[in-house]
Amino acid sequence: MGQRTPLYDLHVALGAKMVDFGGWDMPLHYGSQVEEHHQVRQDCGVFDVSHMTVVDVAGAQAEAYLRRLLANDVARLGEVGKALYGVMLNVAGGVIDDLIVYRTASGYRLVVNAATRAKDLAWLQAQAEGFVVALTERDDLAMLAVQGPNARDKCAELVTPPRAALIRELPPFHGLAEGDWFIARTGYTGEDGLEIMLPAGEAPGFLNDLVGAGIAPAGLGARDTLRLEAGLNLYGQDMDETVTPMAANLAWTIAWQPAERDFVGRAALEAQRAGGGAETKLVGLVLEERGVLRAHQVVRVAGLGEGEITSGSFSPTLGKSIALARVPAGTGERAEVEIRGKWYPVRVVKPSFIRHGKALI
Amino acid sequence: MSKTPAELRYAASHEWARLEQDGSVTVGITDHAQEALGDVVYVELPEVGKALAAGEQAGVVESVKAASDIYAPLAGEVLAVNEALADAPEQVNEDPYGAWFYRLKPANAADLEQLLDAAAYQAGCDA
Repeated sequence: MGQRTPLYDLHVALGAKMVDFGGWDMPLHYGSQVEEHHQVRQDCGVFDVSHMTVVDVAGAQAEAYLRRLLANDVARLGEVGKALYGVMLNVAGGVIDDLIVYRTASGYRLVVNAATRAKDLAWLQAQAEGFVVALTERDDLAMLAVQGPNARDKCAELVTPPRAALIRELPPFHGLAEGDWFIARTGYTGEDGLEIMLPAGEAPGFLNDLVGAGIAPAGLGARDTLRLEAGLNLYGQDMDETVTPMAANLAWTIAWQPAERDFVGRAALEAQRAGGGAETKLVGLVLEERGVLRAHQVVRVAGLGEGEITSGSFSPTLGKSIALARVPAGTGERAEVEIRGKWYPVRVVKPSFIRHGKALI
Repeated sequence: MSKTPAELRYAASHEWARLEQDGSVTVGITDHAQEALGDVVYVELPEVGKALAAGEQAGVVESVKAASDIYAPLAGEVLAVNEALADAPEQVNEDPYGAWFYRLKPANAADLEQLLDAAAYQAGCDA
C-alpha cells in the first residue's frame, strides 16, 4: 500500500481507479480520462495534488539562499504574492527538479514534485549550509488544483466572501494566504485556474463541495494529457539530472542577469552556451496518421541521427497523437517515428500544442 | 462489475469469440479488458486473408494510457475486419460485445470448445 492523501477515501467513494504514482495511491481517472480532459479544457475540473511537496523557506537569508539554489531569480518577485516557475540544478547543470516559488509574507513557499521528495529535501538541506534559513515541510496541508476556464468563477461561489474576493482579484501567477488557506492562480494544464493549499482536515469537505457544485473530479490520466498538450514537462520523463534546462525547453527559466549571481549549475550552463548550446533540444511531434506516439519510441531525423520520444499520448483536444521528443539540435520540420517496427512521418513543432483551449499548431 | 455474456467463449488474454450461423467466429475484446484499458483511441486490425495461429498476435488496441496486443483465441483465416473501429475506436468502450475486431474462418471448429466459458473467464478476472 502506498501513501495516501487526506482525500483518498473520497476518491474511492467517487469511483476512482487508484494507481501507484511515485509511492502514492492516486486517482488515475473516475470513469473516463478523456471526458475529464475535456471538462478541464471546456469548463472546469478538480485534481488532488496533495502528494506534491510543499516547503516553506523563512529566515533572514531566505532570498540569498534561493538566489543560489535556483536558476531563476527570486529577486524578480518584487512583492508578496508573486510566483515564478523554475528549476534547481546540480553543479553539472542537470535538472534536479522543477518547482514553483511563491513570495509570502514570511518568506517563500516552494512546491516541488512528489516522486522527487526525498532527494529534493536532502538537496534543499545541503544547500542551506551557511545560510540563515529555516526550511519547513508543510505536510499538514492538502492541495487541490481547480483548473479550467470556469474554475475561478465556480470556486468563488463556494468559499467565504474574503476568499471569493481574493479569487476574483488574483492576477495570473500570483498566490496569497487568506486565513490558513493559500490560494494561487497557477496550475499545470494550460488553462486558467487555481491551486489551493488548505489544512488537510478541511480538504475532504471542500472537494465534496466542489464536486457537489458540478466540478468534475479529474485524475492523473487527464492531468498528463492536459500538461502534454500545454507542452509542460513532466519531471523524470521529459527532463532529469542528465539534461540542462536548455535541452529541456526551459531556457526561459534561466535568469542570466545579473551576471554576478552565482546560482548552482551556472558555470556548467555558461560552458554549454559558450560551446554552441545543447546538442539536443526538446520539441513537439504531431502524428498526422492514425496511431499513438509513446515515450521511448525512436525518432529518426534525416541526416542528423536519432532521438527519442520522452512523453507521448493521444491528444483528446486535437484528436490525434502528439509527443515531446529529445532530438538533435539541428532538427527541422520533419522527422519519423518507429511504432512497432514501422516508420511514420511526424511534424516537428514548438512544444506547445494547446493554450487556453485553442490549438497552437 | 464487468459484463461477461454467457453465450460467448473467452480467451484468458481477454478476447471474446462468438460462433456465427455460417460457421465463422467473430472476435472482440471483453468488457473487463476495455475497462482495464480505459479510453480506446486507436485499433490496429489484422489483414484480411491472413492465417493466424491460436495465440498469435492479431492486432493492437491503444488507449490513452497504453498499447495492448490482441491475440487470436483460435487458429483460422481472417475473413473480415471491422473498419468502423478506425473512425470510432471509442465503440470498444461503449459496446465491447458489439464492437467486433475481426472475423475468422476457424481451422478447426472444435477449437472453440477449448476456450473458456463465461464462468471460467470471469473467475480468472476476479482472481
